[in-house]
Amino acid sequence: MNWLTNFVRPKIQKLVRPKEVPDNLWHQCPKCSEMVFHRELEKNLRVCTHCGHHMRMPVRDRLRMLFDNAQWTEIEIRAVAVDPLRFKDRKRYSDRLKESQAKTGLKDAVVVGHGTMGNLGVVIAAFEFDFMGGSMGAAVGEALIAAAELAVLQEAPLIVIPSSGGARMQEGILSLMQMARTTVAVDKVREKGLPYLVVLTDPTTGGVTASFAMLGDVALAEPGAIIGFAGSRVIEQTIREKLPEGFQRSEYLMDHGMVDMVVPRHELRARLIQLLGLLLHTNPAAEVGDLPASSRRRKALERSTSAPPDPSVPDDYEP
Amino acid sequence: MDRRVLFRCPRRGGGFGVYGSNAAMHFLDFEKPIAELEGKIAELKHLSDADGLNIAEEVGRLQSRVDKDLRSAYAKLSPWQKTQVARHPDRPHALDYIRALIQDFMPLAGDRLYGEDEAIIGGMGRFNGRSVMVIGLEKGRDTETRVKHNFGMARPEGYRKARRLMQMADRFGLPIITLVDTAGAYPGVGAEERGQAEAIARCIQTSLDLRVPLISIVIGEGGSGGAIALAVGNVVLMLEHAIYSVISPEGCASILWRDGEQAKTAAEAMKLTAQDLERLGVIDGIVPEPMGGAHRTPEAVFTALRDAIEMHLNQLVRIEGGQLRARRRDKFVQMGRLQE
Ligand SMILES: [Zn+2]
Repeated sequence: MNWLTNFVRPKIQKLVRPKEVPDNLWHQCPKCSEMVFHRELEKNLRVCTHCGHHMRMPVRDRLRMLFDNAQWTEIEIRAVAVDPLRFKDRKRYSDRLKESQAKTGLKDAVVVGHGTMGNLGVVIAAFEFDFMGGSMGAAVGEALIAAAELAVLQEAPLIVIPSSGGARMQEGILSLMQMARTTVAVDKVREKGLPYLVVLTDPTTGGVTASFAMLGDVALAEPGAIIGFAGSRVIEQTIREKLPEGFQRSEYLMDHGMVDMVVPRHELRARLIQLLGLLLHTNPAAEVGDLPASSRRRKALERSTSAPPDPSVPDDYEP
Repeated sequence: MDRRVLFRCPRRGGGFGVYGSNAAMHFLDFEKPIAELEGKIAELKHLSDADGLNIAEEVGRLQSRVDKDLRSAYAKLSPWQKTQVARHPDRPHALDYIRALIQDFMPLAGDRLYGEDEAIIGGMGRFNGRSVMVIGLEKGRDTETRVKHNFGMARPEGYRKARRLMQMADRFGLPIITLVDTAGAYPGVGAEERGQAEAIARCIQTSLDLRVPLISIVIGEGGSGGAIALAVGNVVLMLEHAIYSVISPEGCASILWRDGEQAKTAAEAMKLTAQDLERLGVIDGIVPEPMGGAHRTPEAVFTALRDAIEMHLNQLVRIEGGQLRARRRDKFVQMGRLQE
């Protein structure tokens, strides 16, 4: 845990304001092609006001929407080797990294924050798709390891929200190794008896799906999100036929038993709080305000890990 | 094998094959000059047989040139050439290694959920007298067996069977040997519907949870998630000319270069050879191949691999189960990390 105390330098995120955007900006919905007023879209959590299509969401908007009072603390992630292969395709990987950093203001594709949800302490690791398609390289692996270790340290549930095209090819084999590293990470949370929830958002594919993203105790998905292992183009080329309607969408996965529930974005926070309350034997909605969050969490954990003998059970009750 | 005649392989555009009495041999483009020399040798031998002329001297001279050319070609294979060698149709596949290295092999089938996927073969047997569980990705040798094994591209059932066998091995204290050779997990509608991603994820999770030794060997092609599902070992080895990568060079080229023809360039950039991976600290060792690759002298690579597995297994069986698990997990967590 030594590195954690070194690396976790809490920085209170004082209500980071969304980027100022001129009020007259309009967005076109990629699904229904209707124009949506920017402020309307922001207010509606980037869900199209015409057709309900869930557009991708910047990672900090996502955290703002989930944490109590839109407040959380971000942790710093252990530094990784930058561009270990000195990779260059049509562009240098190191340049692509710099561009993504400038565009998003992030060091890499995952932000790890801790705070409360319904007064329950939680750790959330969320992906920024705009950072190289949310692809998973060593930095993303470190972020998930840090999130998991923080969850264990704080005895808090871990929520991971992927939005990723899969492995970061520019890191070659080292990106593939993140599948094993992130699996170790989330298993540490599960082994402590802490809930590990995954919210699958558009898109969750490739090596990300085939590792930590499919290992949640409960798998939630946003409506219409693409979730799968192989890309639909690759599948089409292999089988040489048209793919079924709705293939690899959240609802399709739900029909095939791969996710527990499809939850509209507006209900996501409430649903997560409800789930955590049930898993931790506590009722966040009813108990709000009567105990500091940390002691309630500890109590919940005590209850969940070692059920005390109940004196009301009669001695002759055999089962 | 003496009466071999040169013919053009219908499967590979520029490649030559030498037709022997038993099987067709395939030659890669860079092996073409060597194949021609070998064709000449075969013709000369044919002549000497027929006419009783003593041309052994000429044959010997040509043979030493073949050896020299092979040695120099294989000593400096480019990543793209290695990719072709790793996929060489005559290269020994998982079943060949199992036949050569495992006694009393007892295949086990099915995932107990949906079906049997022969892209992954698994079962118990004896390795140098010791009971082991072997799980291998098998590509198949001819049209019939390639279809049977789905070209080594496993479906969820394959990974779920692998997981079942790993868990069984864990219960009975059997060390596990995995043989990796796949272009990748099968990209199909049914595979997706039945949870390809989940099946691979669980396979990785189980690999990381085992308290028995797990030795993984990439014998040919280690393609992406479909490969790492069976390659989270205490020890991961690669054959000298095997490759292991996050995506095929062709796939990488078509995505990053927007041009599948750039596969050769992509192969260079991706660092997918055994030598690259050893330098990156991703694998624990390289098993040498005979001159001209594993397909030229399979017996030699069987021996080399037997020795390598025996050496590692002898060490690993001495480590307590919890330690094996902890070390395996820690190895992957530390992988690629900067030194503090
Ligand atoms: Zn719309």
